[in-house]
Amino acid sequence: MSDPEFMIDVRAVTKRFGDFTAVNDITLGVRAGEFITLLGPSGCGKTTLLRMLSGFETPDEGSIRIEGNDVTRLAPYRRNVNQVFQSYALFPHLSVRDNIAFGLRMQKVGDEETRRRVAEVVDLVALGGFEDRMPHQLSGGQRQRVALARAIVPKPAVLLLDEPLSALDAKLRRQMQVELKRLQKRLGMTFVFVTHDQEEALTMSDRVAVMNRGRVEQLGTATEIYHRPASGFVADFIGESNSLPAELLAREDAAVRVRLQGGLELRVPRAAWPADATRALVSVRPEKVCVSKRPIEGAENGFQAVIAEEIFQGALDHLVLRTDAGTVLSAVVANESAIMEALHEGDRVWCGLHFDDLVILPALA
Amino acid sequence: MSDLAAKRFPRPTGLRLLDWGLGAWTALVFLFLYGPIAVLIGYSFNTSKLNVVWEAFTFRWYGELMRNEPILRTLGNSLVIAAAATVLAVVIGTTGAWLLHRFRYRGARAIQTLICVPMIMPEIVMGVSLLILFRVASLELGFASVILAHTTFCFPFVLVAVQARLQGLDPALEEAALDLGATPLRAFWLVIVPCLRPAVISGALMAFTLSMDELIISFFTVSPASRTLPLQVFGMAKVGLNPMLNALSAIFVVTTVAFVLFTEHLKRLAAR
Repeated sequence: MSDPEFMIDVRAVTKRFGDFTAVNDITLGVRAGEFITLLGPSGCGKTTLLRMLSGFETPDEGSIRIEGNDVTRLAPYRRNVNQVFQSYALFPHLSVRDNIAFGLRMQKVGDEETRRRVAEVVDLVALGGFEDRMPHQLSGGQRQRVALARAIVPKPAVLLLDEPLSALDAKLRRQMQVELKRLQKRLGMTFVFVTHDQEEALTMSDRVAVMNRGRVEQLGTATEIYHRPASGFVADFIGESNSLPAELLAREDAAVRVRLQGGLELRVPRAAWPADATRALVSVRPEKVCVSKRPIEGAENGFQAVIAEEIFQGALDHLVLRTDAGTVLSAVVANESAIMEALHEGDRVWCGLHFDDLVILPALA
Repeated sequence: MSDLAAKRFPRPTGLRLLDWGLGAWTALVFLFLYGPIAVLIGYSFNTSKLNVVWEAFTFRWYGELMRNEPILRTLGNSLVIAAAATVLAVVIGTTGAWLLHRFRYRGARAIQTLICVPMIMPEIVMGVSLLILFRVASLELGFASVILAHTTFCFPFVLVAVQARLQGLDPALEEAALDLGATPLRAFWLVIVPCLRPAVISGALMAFTLSMDELIISFFTVSPASRTLPLQVFGMAKVGLNPMLNALSAIFVVTTVAFVLFTEHLKRLAAR
């Protein structure tokens, strides 16, 4: 059974290498024209999953369908899928033009059409004038474009990208992120992008699959994943977060009172607290911690703290707060001159936490 | 930089004497290595039949060499044998290196060591054992036997050269070719082989040179008809030195040096 809605339909796929389970029972559907990112730390199984889509690895269990066809055991050269490799893997003995034309030659596309399509894609990735260069005569960014052009010119159903930007410097990387996203929209092609860089994932993707230990911990849009992490791992891996174990003290009408590790007592929305649990994880983003010299109005939780450390980060100011109860929280405030004059290491401040900004996660086993 | 440093801090006399000493020593080593060859080449232009007295300049010995039927015949044999052994060594060495590199075997390390043994095995042992093998297999001695014998000690050199290149090759290259629709065979032929070309050529030149001047193994495996040039030279030298041999050696030295330089050039290209 295949779901026609999905371009890529991964069903209960497991892959083991000896005793190590690289991919553990993953089910994942990718819609046509979607930009999906597999995000996770090294060893989480994201590259193995990608290699099963390209056909370089075969699942031990489960099935993979692309465009409705079962490709679980299909050889890589019979799949309508192309990959941009982390090392680019440009053929060193072929010119830029011949590298790009390689896929078309394998498909026995005629000379005339090959010339036309190569010219088209050279234009698309802005490599005009470099057609006769050899790979070793190109800069890192140019090689990256050749690898991209080579992979999209055969018009695959799905383009797989294995950390393609990791070798570029920060500035070029950011520029390529924007270009890649624009290109993907223009082509309407399904992109599966693998990275360990969360900023990259959030910038480009329609949806992100956060992976850990061979499983997908959460699948959702960038905002969903950032604001509503489904697990402690996701909360910690994406952006900064204060994730603290909490203990139930009392149930009230709309809230429950809890004590965080360190001693700080908070009220959290009752609906968010797991029904029968006495313990859970309370997570809050540093930028959601309100900090002021005056008592904060309108926040469900207010408490006092001392600024233990102040780290200047340009546009932002990173504060480490020690609450009077003893809990340590990190906070980020915009570096506006008016506030900055007021906040310094050692100052006593008022802090506020809104109900909406508290994410309650099941306690770690 | 270093010039400036030398001016500002002159080296003590003791160290400068040491520099002199090391320079002289290096010169001596080179004299020891290349002196005899220089003398040999010089005397190939000497009119005297004796290698000890210089009389006058002549090309006579080069001329005699060109008219010496046994030398020309055995040179032809040597070229045919070296060419054939090189082709076989390239095919076996390259595919062998690829298979060892690409697939994991049980006992791959043992295979690797066993392949390298002929490179260091005493030639006399190789010669005798091959002779026995050919007898047992009732293969008559002739061109085939020498070519096979030469292939056995030549192909490990090609294999090792190709293997070194393969280890530096991005494994994603083959995958990229497969990904773009090339079958494994086409990926090997269109992507891997071109990447290996410099290593294959330098291995082939090595194999050819080794085969051309091999003496002992040839001694055990030739027939009178497939006699090689080194054997002919060895036979002539036993009867007495002849300036013709000087001329022949001079030609060999120049060709070998050219080969070596070309091989080194290719290695540098490959390393890029």
